[in-house]
Amino acid sequence: MTPFLYEKVSERGDALSLGTHPGAAYLGGGTNLVDLMREAIARPTLLVDVTGLSCKIEEDEKGGLRIGAGVKNTAVATDRRVRARFPLLAQAILAGASAQIRNMATVGGNVLQRTRCAYFYDDEAHCNKRSPGSGCDAIGGFNRNHAILGASPACAATHPSDMCVALAALDATVSIDGPRGSRDLPLTDFHRLPGDAPEIDTELRSGELITSIVLPSNGFSKRSSYRKVRDRSSYAFALVSVAAALELDGGRIKNVRLALGGVAHKPWRAHVAEAALAGRPATEAFFAEAAEAELRDAKGLRDNTFKIKLAKRVIVDSLVKLSNAKDAPR
Amino acid sequence: MQFVINGRSLDADVDLRTSLLDLLRDHFGLSGTKKGCNQGACGACTVLVDGNRINSCLALAVQYQGRKITTVEGLTSNGALHPLQEAFVAHDGFQCGYCTPGQICSAIGMANELRTGVPSYVTADVAAEAITVDFDEIRERMSGNICRCGAYNGIIEAISETLGTIPLPEAKDAP
Repeated sequence: MTPFLYEKVSERGDALSLGTHPGAAYLGGGTNLVDLMREAIARPTLLVDVTGLSCKIEEDEKGGLRIGAGVKNTAVATDRRVRARFPLLAQAILAGASAQIRNMATVGGNVLQRTRCAYFYDDEAHCNKRSPGSGCDAIGGFNRNHAILGASPACAATHPSDMCVALAALDATVSIDGPRGSRDLPLTDFHRLPGDAPEIDTELRSGELITSIVLPSNGFSKRSSYRKVRDRSSYAFALVSVAAALELDGGRIKNVRLALGGVAHKPWRAHVAEAALAGRPATEAFFAEAAEAELRDAKGLRDNTFKIKLAKRVIVDSLVKLSNAKDAPR
Repeated sequence: MQFVINGRSLDADVDLRTSLLDLLRDHFGLSGTKKGCNQGACGACTVLVDGNRINSCLALAVQYQGRKITTVEGLTSNGALHPLQEAFVAHDGFQCGYCTPGQICSAIGMANELRTGVPSYVTADVAAEAITVDFDEIRERMSGNICRCGAYNGIIEAISETLGTIPLPEAKDAP
């Protein structure tokens, strides 16, 4: 691990001014960054510990929530307001990592975690994300866990977060502060597709700090679920996951939200399927048609073509279960 | 740097790159906490910080100054094993024993989470007030601790038997 300096800050202004130093990186729970430093993928020379900042969950007058970037994953999943109003977010967080890691990891760090593509971690491998221009050994290699949507010839890595898939379905916004002022980005615009620059995961600019995640109140997330399919039943990254929320008006779909995990370089909001479902009867046939439309452009690699069918099935099953659920309990 | 470990205040002059795990083992000689994967995948390094379980291998020691850290060595009182340790012996909750300190610290952390109402991925209604602790709940909640001998049945039995009686995992105060 490259040597570094360490500063713990208690004011956001101090964080932002230290964050402009060349080689600075913000440190949350460290569950991903420390590992990346050990693997020499990240080599910060100054760690700015921001775990003392933005540690609250605040409520707006409509029942929406602003979750501070420093809040631990466990605390979000335990918050009664999150569990009652945004149950899929609690489920998604609890589907990720282990209890130990969720106790350490912050919300901001979860959003910024990097892919777990094995080639990215292997310094003997060619990886455009790790060494731009070196090639991608995953595309011709063992790629069971890799992307089927939005990949490029340069990179087929997937975003590993479960939490972010739920946030994508919930129309969440990422609040950012930085040397040139603050700004908000929809979560669905925060992460990038790889294109020809897979080394850039997100739209976050140098020195910028995530300060909170905003969840607007809505009419759909009480009837929602997060389903995760993986190679073992716990503590594994998703092969496919589906965040789904459904608001019905009689037998018709008033509002639907769908996002997929484990299939792309970013949490994949299923806009095509949502558009196909809006106003339609909530039947399995329409769900299947919408899932088909969403996955129409999906491309499998040697080992992951099964994900295309799997994603469709999990979408349909999630929506069937939600449409059959008794009227949203809370 | 100043640390509070198993109720004792301890000083260490360590490199900033030192993990909490290496601090415990190499600087304080507390070798009960084990190094397995050193990347957060196996749980052998699990310790309690202010009663919450974490992976000490992914923790930079510098971030844990002044926090109440409890390791497996801090669970005995006056030389007597913790009830959960007794139960692991009674139920054969191990073969080689390498994962055991992490399993035990993790289970104590889990008990604390159950008391404070932390749901899990298998909790049927995540919004419900009460959580029914059953076999599936324990397995899911302990999935961050791998046992390569496969002593899971004994581990679950030991935890189930002890669960209602695990004392609050309050770390001891520094003198």
